[in-house]
Amino acid sequence: MELLANLGLGLSTSLTPLNLLYCLAGVFLGTLIGVLPGLGPTATIAMLLPVTFTLPPVSALIMLAGIYYGSQYGGSTTSILVNVPGEAASVVTALDGYQMARQGRAGAALTTAAVGSFFAGTVATVILALFAPPLAAVALKFGPAEFFSLMVLGLLASIVLARGSLLHAMGMVLLGLLLGLVGTDVNSGTQRFTFGIPRLADGIGFVVVAMGMFGLAEITRNLENEGDRSTAVKKVTNLLPTREEWKRIIGPILRGTAIGSAVGILPGSGSILGSFAAYAIEKKVSKNSKEFGKGAIEGVAAPESANNAGAQTSFIPMLTLGIPSNPVMALMIGAMIIQGIQPGPSVITEQPKLFWGIIVSMWIGNLFLIILNLPMIGMWVRIVSVPYQMLFPAILVFCSIGVFSLNNTEFDVYVMAVFGVLGYIFVKLDCEPAPMLLAFILGPMMEEYMRRALLLSRGDPMVFVTRPISAGLLALGALAIIAASLPAMHKKREQAFRE
Amino acid sequence: MNPIARNGKDFWTGLIYVSVGCAALIVSRDYGMGTAVKMGPAYFPTILGVLLMVIGIISIIRSFLKSGSPIGAVAWKGLLLIIVSTLLFGMIVRGAGVLIALPLLVIVSACASARFSWKFSLAEAAGITVFCIVVFLKGLGVPLPILGSWFGY
Repeated sequence: MELLANLGLGLSTSLTPLNLLYCLAGVFLGTLIGVLPGLGPTATIAMLLPVTFTLPPVSALIMLAGIYYGSQYGGSTTSILVNVPGEAASVVTALDGYQMARQGRAGAALTTAAVGSFFAGTVATVILALFAPPLAAVALKFGPAEFFSLMVLGLLASIVLARGSLLHAMGMVLLGLLLGLVGTDVNSGTQRFTFGIPRLADGIGFVVVAMGMFGLAEITRNLENEGDRSTAVKKVTNLLPTREEWKRIIGPILRGTAIGSAVGILPGSGSILGSFAAYAIEKKVSKNSKEFGKGAIEGVAAPESANNAGAQTSFIPMLTLGIPSNPVMALMIGAMIIQGIQPGPSVITEQPKLFWGIIVSMWIGNLFLIILNLPMIGMWVRIVSVPYQMLFPAILVFCSIGVFSLNNTEFDVYVMAVFGVLGYIFVKLDCEPAPMLLAFILGPMMEEYMRRALLLSRGDPMVFVTRPISAGLLALGALAIIAASLPAMHKKREQAFRE
Repeated sequence: MNPIARNGKDFWTGLIYVSVGCAALIVSRDYGMGTAVKMGPAYFPTILGVLLMVIGIISIIRSFLKSGSPIGAVAWKGLLLIIVSTLLFGMIVRGAGVLIALPLLVIVSACASARFSWKFSLAEAAGITVFCIVVFLKGLGVPLPILGSWFGY
C-alpha cells in the first residue's frame, strides 16, 4: 500500500516534537486571533505570516495550516457568540448559531461546530491524501498552455464567486494581474511600473497588499458603524448537546462534509461557497426547516462541516497544481515561494516529506482544535468581549510591525497604508478584494506560462484552444461566466450573497 | 455623490479602471512589445491595460443606464486617522524608537473611534508597547530600536 507508506512518512514528519509544537502553536494563535471580531482567516494569516519565515519550510507550512483552520474555527465561535462573522464563510453559521446562543444553547452550538468540523476535517484529509497524488500526476503532463488556461479558469471562478458586480470583479482581476507585474521582468531585466523607486524593483510584497486590503481597509470599514455589539453570552455552560440534538446533527454533518469537500476543490471558491450551499440544501431537506433562522442546530452543523471540509480540500489545487483557490491559499503559495519551494505538481514527488507531513498534520491540527477549544471556551468568550475600540489599534500595531519585519524597511509600511486606502475605496465601490489578491499572486506566473506557450506554438495564440485539456479548462471558465451573467442566475446569485 | 451618472459605484469604478488601464498602456510603451513568439516586457501589460480599459468603459456606460445603490457614508475621520497613524509610525520608528512610535500609533489611531477614552488608550498603549518589545524585538529579533537615533542611541 503506497498510501500507507506515504501516510507513514507524513506521520514521522509531523509527529516530531517540534512540528507538533508548531502545529499546536498555529492552531492556538489562529484561534486566538480568529476569535477577535472582524478578523477573518486571510487577515489572520497575513498578520502571522512573518512569524513563520524563520522556521524550516515543513514547520512553517504546518504552522500556517494550523493558523488557517484555527482562525476559521475561531471565526465560527465569534459568529455564534456575538453574531459578528469574521469572514464570508461563517456568515451562515451566525444565522442559527447566534439564535441558539440567545436561547442559552451556545455550548451545544459550539460543540456541534467543533464535532462537525473535526469529522469533516478527518474525511477531507483522507480525500486529500487519496486524490492529490493522481491529480498531481496528471498535472505533471500539463504544458504551459494548460497551466495558463488553468489559471484563467481559477480567476474566472473567483470572479463568479465574488460578491457584487461581475464586471467590477473582472476589473479587480486585471488590476491584480497588473500590480503583480510591478518590479523587474525576469526575462528582459526591464524594471516595470517601478517609477524609478529602487524599493519596487523586487515587486510589491503580497503580504503588504493583503494586510493593507484586508487589515487596514477592514478596520476603516468597521469604524463606519460602531454599533453596540453586545455579547449574548457571558458564560458558556453545558457544552454537551442533548441526545435529541446529537441525532439531529448526524445527517447535516454528513451532507455538509460531502458538499464542502466537493466544492472546496473548485478553483476560486474555498470554503465560502460550501457553507452557503450546505446551509441552503439543509434548509430544503430538513424536517425542521421551519426552525431555520430561529436557532436550528442543523443550521450550525451543516455549514460548519462544509466550511472545514472545504478549507481542507482547497489545499488540493494548491498542493498539486500550485494554483490558489482562495486568498488564504494565495498566501500559502506566497509562503512556499518565500521558503524556496516552487509550488506546482512536482512538490509531491520532490518534497514528499513536506507534502505528506502537511496532510497528516492537518488531521492532527483538527484534533488539537477540538481538545483545545472546548475546554478553553471560557477564555475565548472573554476575548470575544474585547471592545472594538481597544481591538483595532492593536491590530494596526501588529500589522505595522509585521509588515516592517518582512524586509526590515519602513517602505513596506507606507505601501501597506496606500493599499489600505485603495482597499477602502474598493470596499465603498463594491469591488471585492479577494479576486485581486489571487490575480496579484498569479500575475507573474501567468505571464511566464503565456510566454512559454506562445514560444512553443511559434506565436500562434490558437494553442490555447487547440490543445484539448487547455480548451476544456477555458470552456469551463467561459461557461461559468456566461451562466453567472444570465439574468435568471444573476438574480439567484445576488440572493445567495444577500442571505 | 455624482450628479451625472445614475450609478455612482459603477461610474467611479469605471473611471479608476480606465485611468489605470490607460496609465499601464502609456507606461509600457517604453518597455518593448516584442512579438508573440518572443513576448517583450510590454506584451502582457498591454493586453491587460486594454482589457481593463474596455471593462472600465463598459462600467461607465452602464452607470448612465442602470441606477444602483448609493455609495454610502465614508468614514473620513477613521480612514484619515488610520492612515496618518500608520504613516507616522513608519516615519518615526527608526528615529524615535518603538517606545515613542508605538504609543503614538495606538493613541492616534484610537482617536478614530467614537468611544475614544484617554484612560483606556494610555493603558492599552503601555501594554502593547511592552508586549511588542518583549515579543517582537527581544523574542523574534525585529531590528527596531527601543529608543532611536534621535536620542543619540
